Amino acid sequence: MSEAYFRVESGALGSEENFLSLDDILMSHEKLPVRMETAMPRLGAFFLERSGGAETDNAVPQGSKLELPLWLAKGLFDNKRRILSVELPKIYQEGWRTVFSADANVVDLHKIGPHFYGFGSQLLHFDSPENADISQSLLQTFIGRFRRIMDSSQNAYNEDTSALVARLDEMERGLFQTGQKGLNDFQCWEKGQASQITVSTLVQNYKKRKFTDMED
Amino acid sequence: MLRKGGQSRSGASSPGQGSVLLSGTAAALARALGASANGNPQEDGLRQVLEEMKALYEQNQSDVNEAKSGGRSDLIPTIKFRHCSLLRNRRCTVAYLYDRLLRIRALRWEYGSILPNALRFHMSAEEMEWFNNYKKSLATYMRSLGGREGLDITQDMKPPKSLYIERQGLTVSTGMNLTIIAVISNSWAEAIHLSLVRCLKDYGEFEVDDGTSVLLKKNSQHFLPRWKCEQLIRQGVLEHILS
Repeated sequence: MSEAYFRVESGALGSEENFLSLDDILMSHEKLPVRMETAMPRLGAFFLERSGGAETDNAVPQGSKLELPLWLAKGLFDNKRRILSVELPKIYQEGWRTVFSADANVVDLHKIGPHFYGFGSQLLHFDSPENADISQSLLQTFIGRFRRIMDSSQNAYNEDTSALVARLDEMERGLFQTGQKGLNDFQCWEKGQASQITVSTLVQNYKKRKFTDMED
Repeated sequence: MLRKGGQSRSGASSPGQGSVLLSGTAAALARALGASANGNPQEDGLRQVLEEMKALYEQNQSDVNEAKSGGRSDLIPTIKFRHCSLLRNRRCTVAYLYDRLLRIRALRWEYGSILPNALRFHMSAEEMEWFNNYKKSLATYMRSLGGREGLDITQDMKPPKSLYIERQGLTVSTGMNLTIIAVISNSWAEAIHLSLVRCLKDYGEFEVDDGTSVLLKKNSQHFLPRWKCEQLIRQGVLEHILS
């Protein structure tokens, strides 16, 4: 149970992502709708349908509506909106916010954006007038769902949990896993196995891998 | 998560095939690690990312010159775009390599200081060198602990439950079972050099080896290391209880 590998945690729920966190890198790869406030010369190759062609120096014209990954939108954004302005993705707008406030538990957060909370938190960087409502919505949604996650993670012992985690976003899945680990550690301790030296999972996985390599 | 060109649901455009970066090779590296451990270092993927970084950098250099001397200040957003891409590529590459190092470090603790060939096969030469340096640092540190012989802190990762004591082929553990031992046979306790004593008068606090202290009140009973209470027994403060 004493694992020696500790991955870099996500910082997305706080003010800034963690530079080295793989989870944050994957989260910031997701896209959001933006509007170009100025023409971008010579980048037409990236956005072929929108390119102005050779006369405009192969530019992406001003006013183009694009979907850019979060990392790019963050990098090009400034509070004067000289290069681009950002539109809120639908799931963070008022319509969906009402759905969440009605019943947060029924929503499949994995389908509508696997990094719902992390992405939503980082969205606050874009100074939308709806920021206060967005953050309230994120918080209340989590509060509404948390009870069920905690319950199920603490009571599913040695079962197939795929149905329980199917509709959870990535952050909630991490929480569920933590709960499961706590439960398993406790059960192990109760059985008196806590002081038992176990094979490290790293070694176990390596052995499993070796076996499948041999099968090829 | 990856959309390569074409229309998305909202009708806005997505980045086309033109960019390795935007289509997510760098992120694919990161994702590969998110999923599983101990693959080969993705040298092709890394090379692609580094090549793209070189191209982006050169394009930016040329555009910066043109913006400054040719008065093309409209190129500035483009330069910024490429700069963001460079930073992103760097981040993905560094995070990927760093995660591999974390796993390699964990190998020292979970596997030991000699890695099997099959594992070494998955490491680049630089990573192997890093592992050897880490091993050396750890060994130096361990030698500096615990007196002359040093202390191997990679052993006993779970605290041992008990101190085992041999007595005629039987193992007896201290701690909780001590009271049982006393009931069964006092002579066993003697073998562990503990004596059952009863206090004959109020003595007050009495400090035992590891810094904890025991309150000696009249008629209270204690297990104490024998050599410590011998004097008190001789002084009549304690009474040694024999079965």
